[in-house]
This record gives sequence, structure tokens and C-alpha cells, in this order.
Amino acid sequence: MTPHMLTRSLDRGATIFLAVVAACGILIPLSNLLLPAGSFLQVPTYLVALWGKYVCYAILALSIDLIWGYCGILSLGHGAFFALGGYAMGMYLMRQIGSRGVYGNPILPDFMVFLNYSKLPWYWYGFDMFWFAALMVLIVPGLLAFCFGWLAFRSRVTGVYLSIITQAMTYALLLAFFRNDFGFGGNNGLTDFKDILGFNVQAEGTRAALFALSCLALIASFLICRAVVSSKLGKVLIAIRDAESRSRFLGYRVESYKLFVFTLSACMAGVAGALYVPQVGIINPSEFAPGNSIEAVIWVAVGGRGTLVGAALGAVVVNYAKTSFTSGMLAPYWLFMLGALFILVTLLLPKGIVGTFNAWWDQSKEKRTAETAASAAAEDGVTEPKMAE
Amino acid sequence: MPANLSARLYSLLLSLFLIAFALPAFAGPFEDAVAKFANDDYSDTEEAIGVVASSGNPLAFPIISALQDGRLMADPDSKKVYVTGADGKSIDAATGQPVASVPDSASAVRLNNRLRRSVDAAVGGLTLMSPDVTTRIQAAQSVFKSHEESALDAVNTALAKETNKTAKAALGDARAAIILFKPDATEVEKLEAVATIKAHGDQEALAMLTGMGDQPASVTKAAASAIASIQSSLALWSTVQNAWYGLSLGSVLLLAAIGLAITFGVMGVINMAHGEMVMIGAYTTFVVQEVIRTRYPGLFDYSLLIAAPLAFLVAGALGVVIERSIIRFLYGRPLETLLATWGLSLVLQQAVRTMFGPTNREVGNPSWMSGAFELGQITITYNRLWILVFTLAVFAILLAMLRYTALGLEMRAVTQNRRMAASMGIATSRVDALTFGLGSGIAGIAGVALSQIDNVSPNLGQSYIIDSFMVVVFGGVGNLWGTLVGAFTLGIANKFLEPVAGAVLGKIAILVLIILFIQKRPRGLFALKGRAVEA
Repeated sequence: MTPHMLTRSLDRGATIFLAVVAACGILIPLSNLLLPAGSFLQVPTYLVALWGKYVCYAILALSIDLIWGYCGILSLGHGAFFALGGYAMGMYLMRQIGSRGVYGNPILPDFMVFLNYSKLPWYWYGFDMFWFAALMVLIVPGLLAFCFGWLAFRSRVTGVYLSIITQAMTYALLLAFFRNDFGFGGNNGLTDFKDILGFNVQAEGTRAALFALSCLALIASFLICRAVVSSKLGKVLIAIRDAESRSRFLGYRVESYKLFVFTLSACMAGVAGALYVPQVGIINPSEFAPGNSIEAVIWVAVGGRGTLVGAALGAVVVNYAKTSFTSGMLAPYWLFMLGALFILVTLLLPKGIVGTFNAWWDQSKEKRTAETAASAAAEDGVTEPKMAE
Repeated sequence: MPANLSARLYSLLLSLFLIAFALPAFAGPFEDAVAKFANDDYSDTEEAIGVVASSGNPLAFPIISALQDGRLMADPDSKKVYVTGADGKSIDAATGQPVASVPDSASAVRLNNRLRRSVDAAVGGLTLMSPDVTTRIQAAQSVFKSHEESALDAVNTALAKETNKTAKAALGDARAAIILFKPDATEVEKLEAVATIKAHGDQEALAMLTGMGDQPASVTKAAASAIASIQSSLALWSTVQNAWYGLSLGSVLLLAAIGLAITFGVMGVINMAHGEMVMIGAYTTFVVQEVIRTRYPGLFDYSLLIAAPLAFLVAGALGVVIERSIIRFLYGRPLETLLATWGLSLVLQQAVRTMFGPTNREVGNPSWMSGAFELGQITITYNRLWILVFTLAVFAILLAMLRYTALGLEMRAVTQNRRMAASMGIATSRVDALTFGLGSGIAGIAGVALSQIDNVSPNLGQSYIIDSFMVVVFGGVGNLWGTLVGAFTLGIANKFLEPVAGAVLGKIAILVLIILFIQKRPRGLFALKGRAVEA
């Protein structure tokens, strides 16, 4: 990625977005740590964690927008990749607890002692090292997406069929992770984390750092997506989205393009999950629920698919609304709101907030240029009808 | 067990009643034996049990069963023995005369484990002569299980008198079981017993033959071949059982998926709110039953017959409204339809939750749907059987409708080539609305049936939606036969995997298999051919 490519790929909206995220990533942690508690400008710690969660959701939304908005693959199972990344991080955090657990076993996490495991299952090896866990955060979702995509795209499973089998995939994982003998804590999942890289997960400083890291990850993901979609590869992806058969007949290996972007997107979702877990403090099988994945798709639809900025914005807006609704007396009506949001956005706002705004902006810009041209022409003493000629 | 107990109490009361009229008023071995209960000596008690049980006296059963339940009171001073009833009234055990009260010095006759066994056998032997056939069969079965040697005489006597065929067979089995475990039985008798038990052929017979201990060589050999034959017949029956469970699950899947197959197949619309239509059908049943319960309790057995057309109308009307207000703006955008209908499903769920509460609602089974019957070694419940029949009926009606009615013809035309159909003057938008209504209405009917076997809660639909999609995708879009084959294949495969892999792993395996299957045949088992494929 050369600097030239970077600047070319950034329009005004993207620049504003990056500036805002960077400012949040710097200012919110600083205000939380440096200003005295209770002061007007100080951001309380719980808000830092909450907004950190939104930022992780924004990364997930970006990953969905990359495949849905630019390649037309509607995955209803992206929550699975998010959760797998989360589980990989959760396993590292579990191993860090060491002998501080309730049962004080230095190797086995509490739930394994409780379930009478005699030794650590093989797939838990290596998760005591951060670098290994971090690698797994990328590899596990990436590998699953690669295998799944390789099978699906090669046999040309497209459209709603793909959506339905991705949903079946996350549902199968949901059922599997609910099982106690699967070795991931069953129903309760992984929780009671203590340390990450030697820092206390609960401490204000750690939370602020995690928030800053999440913002950094969001910026990085955004730049990667931007680079992909504005490259030649991105143009092919858009061609596949708009006319898959035609792209294939023109000689492009459609399945390879799709597979690449699907795997990349799954890795991004995994990173989002990995950053999400230490900030929320728990990961359990309900993250695999098909409903979660579909909800993530609606964030993208609300913000505007195929705009990247819109996806991130949609994730934050919808989740902010969710938090404010579900915590108040309006809680029973949240599902009505969410349901109506799905219906209204698809019916009335198919381009989403950012897409609609962009369309309006372009239109008014055109109008303005036309007006300036007209007035300039009038000053020159040339009448309009002649322009038309 | 409670049934057994109430049968015993019933016969106790019956005998008490008989005693009041026909009193055996002579002193003899029976009275002497009864008096021995008061000696508080285990060997005397055992002797007394033997004499009383074989006396043929109508008091024998009340006495022995009272002894079993600790209600036989003995007064060591006067050597009098009393039977106290469950209702607090007491009789003199020797004469059957009612007594005002049992003296304070009387205490319950004590038993040890050995005695308890002979008491059980005696009770079994006594009930073998009961006038009630069901009681006799139950008694014979309990003797078969306990194969207590002391019951042999009673079984032989009963066998000689028995006229009922089933009871006779049960007694024969009981006799064989006793002989098998009797140390001094001859080899010929034992071989005969093995043959009888082999014919009995269930899990208990298998356990009996495997656990019979040291036997003559010829008997062991016969038993080994009997075990092998029982095992293979049991394996066959368990296959039949799995197949039945599979058919039952398949019928449920078919019922849930059939409406989806119509909307998805004909219109290419992914209706994620389909499960909620099923739920609405189930709640319609609930409301119908509530009205019947409060207003016309006599109609309860007809509640499902009333609910089915109502559910069809409610869900169907809702379907038409949904199609007119949402879906029709989204034709040609299947992914958006998917999202909008998902939103709709959230709204419907929450609406039902607000109206009826989040907890499960109770929907009762009419009398003709409760209970079960035995077929060989398997049990078939009536509700599952009716649901299978009902599903096939719905399927047949739907098939006939598509084949022979004008709407069916129009629907098929639109499925095959929408634009051509429109050119021929078919009002495609009207067909779309009616098709969506039909699909939703059938989901509503499915809800009526599912309310009989599942919890009626706002989440009812969600648990079926993924399975229904799997059925449709597996079977192939736009073909009802595909849906039928898909549903029964998945149902049966699921039930055959369950005993091997466990319920959850079996389900996961099925999902993975479908995902792999889709790779091989991306358009399902019965794929549409021609231009419709690219639509």
C-alpha cells in the first residue's frame, strides 16, 4: 500500500471519519485517565467500555459491508467469526487466570475442574502465550471462512442459498458450543478474566488502552477495506456483485475473488471479537445465535451498504439506540423498534443514511455547479438558450 | 406403580365388602395361621404367610397386602391380629368382623428382607386370581419380573383356571421365568422355559437370559441362541422405532416447511417471518380453547377442528396484508426481503409477547389425541400419529389444489414464467398476494398441530425456521414433492443419528451434511430446470 494509493483512496467523507475515530481514540482515554472523576468533561470508565464495545461492533459491520456492499455476499453467519475470534481471546484470558481461579488449579480453568477434566484438551495448548492466541484470532475464523467459502463459491452457491447456509453454519456452532463436553465452558462460556498481558482487565488504564486499541483496529480495518475496494481487485468485486455471470464470462475467476474477500472479512470479524471479549468480560455461545448475525447486517443496512463509513456509523447508531432503549422504561418496545427499523430501512431507505446523504450531496453539488456555470455565462453576456445549443 | 396401588386398594375394598356378607365363621388352620402373626417371630410369620396365601380365604389378600404396607397390627397379649384400612377403619384379621378400635398394645407385624420377598410373591400369587383381567395380567407380569419360586404353585393354579388369552400367555411367561431360576427343575423343563422366554422377546427377557447364572450345558446353549435371536429382533424393533420417530419428526418438519416451500418456490420470497405464522396458528388454537373452556366446555374435543380453519384464516389474512404492505415493494431484491421479514418476525414475536405474556401457554390435547397404543415392541402415541395423518392430508389437499384449481394453475404459470403468465392475462400481483396468503395460512394450520406437541410460546416459530429452511433448500425449490422427500429424509436421518451421536451432535451432523450437500447440488434434490434457475 503506497502513500499514493492511500491518498487516492480517501475522499472527504473517509477523511472526516478517520479524523473522528482517531480523535475519539485519543481524547476519550485521556479524558478518562487524566481528568478528575466527576468533572464535566471526564468520561466515566463504564462509558469507555461501552463505547469500546460499539467500536468492536463497527469493525464487525465494516467486515460485513466489505462482502455484502462490494461483493453481494450476504452472510448471515458473520457473528460466528466474531465469536470464534472472541473465544480465541477468551481462551488466552482463561489461561492467564492460572491458580487464582475458584479451584486454584494452575493449568485447568475452573469449568474444566468442575467438569472433571483430568488434563487440558489438546486444542487448548498454546493459548497461554499471547502471540499464539493473537495468531489464532486471525487463523481460526479465517480458516473456517476459507473452507466454507471454498466449498460454497466453487459450487456456485449464491444469493439467498448462501445466506441460509451461513445461518445454518452459525446455528450448528451455537449448538456445539452449548455442549459441556465440547471443552469451551458450555452454556456459561468463558468469563472471570483477570489479566491481559499482565495488566488487570478491570483497571481503568487497561480499559482506556483497549479502547484506544479498538479505535486503532477500526482505523486499520477501514484503511484495509478502502485499499481493497479502490484497487483493481475492488472493481472486479463490484463487477461480480452487479453481474456475476458476466464477470465469469469475461474471464475472471469469480470464486477466487469471492473467497479472498470472504476470508479477509472473516479475519476482520475475528479481530473485532477478540477486542470485544476483554472489554465485555465474557464470551458465551449466545454470540453464535443467528439473530445476532442478522442484527449486524441491519447495522450495515441502516448506515448504508457499500459505503464503509456508513457501516461503522450504522453499528454505532443502532447500538447506541439499543442501549438507551433497553435500559429505560421503553425496554419492552425495543424489539418493535428494531423490527420496524429492519422494515423501514429496506423499504424507504435502501441506500442507508450515508448512501442517501451522498446521493443528496452529489445532486445538490451538481445543481450548484450548474448554477455557477449559468451565472458565469450570464455575466459573460451569453444567454442560456445558447448554452443549450 | 400408582395404578398398581389403586388396583390393590380397589380389590381390598371389594374383599371387605364381600366379607361383610359372607363370613367364614369356623375356626381352623386359617385362624391358627393368622394368630401366628402375633408371635413376633420371623419364621412363624413366614409360615403364616404361606398358609394364609394358599388358604383360598377371601381375607387372604387384605391380610397379605396389609402386611406388605405395614398396616397389619398384632396384639401379642390377646394374640389377635387386625387389618387397618387406609381409611382408618379396622377389621379382625381372623374373622373379618369390623372392630371399633385396635388396642394400644398392638403393633405392626415386622418384616425382614427375606420375608418381604415372600410377601411380594404372595401378593402376586393372590392377585393372579383376581376377577379383573388387567390385574391378573399385571400380577403375572410382576411374577415374571420377580421370578420368585414361592409363586410357582399360585401360577400353576391360575394357569389351569385362566381363560383369557393374553393373561394365559403372561402366566405362561411367568411360569417359565420361575422354572428357569428354580434350581431343582429338570433340563427338559428349563429348555421349554428358555423357548417360552425367547418367544416373549423383550428387553426383560434378554436381561433374564443373560443373568440366569449356572445352568446345564444344553440350557446355556439354548439360552445363547435365544439371546442372539432376541437381540436381533430387538435391533429390528429399535430400527422400526427410529423409523417411526423419524417419520413423526419428518411430518412436523414437513408441516412447518410446506408453506415456506410455496412462498419461496413460487415467489422466490424468503419469508423469515414464516415461523411467526406458525406461532400465530398455535396461539389461535390457544384462544379457541380458552373460549371453549369458559363458554362451551362440551366442545373441547372439537377444539382443534374449529381452530384449524380459523388459524388458516387468521394467518392467511395476515399474510395477504404483509404481502400487500411490505413484500410487494421488494420483489427482485431477495436479500432485502429477507431482512424486512426478519424485522417483521421480531415485531410479531414482541406483539404476541405483549398480548399473551412471555411464558408458555397451555394448550390441551383433546381426548382422541391423548394416550398411546402398543405395536409389537414400540409405543405409538396418538398425537404423533394424528399429526402424521394430518400432515399428509394437508399435503394432498395442497397438491390437489395446485393441480386442479384455477388458482393452482395460475400459481404454477407464474412460477414457471412470470412474464409470460402476465402476458397471458394472469394478474400476477393478485396471484402473489394469494400465494403468500396460502403459504402463511398453511403455516397457521401447522401451528395448530404443533401446539399439541410443543410449548406454545412467542419463540415457537424461531425453533422451526432454520429447520424449515433446511428442508426447503435440501428438497429443492418450487417442488412440493422435493419438500416431502426432504422433510422425511431429514427427519429419519436425524432420528437414526440421535442414538449414535446424541441429540445435539446428531443435529449438528445433519446441518453439516446439508451444507456439504448444497455444495454438490446447489439447487436441492429436485431442482427446477430452465430459465427459472437464474431468476
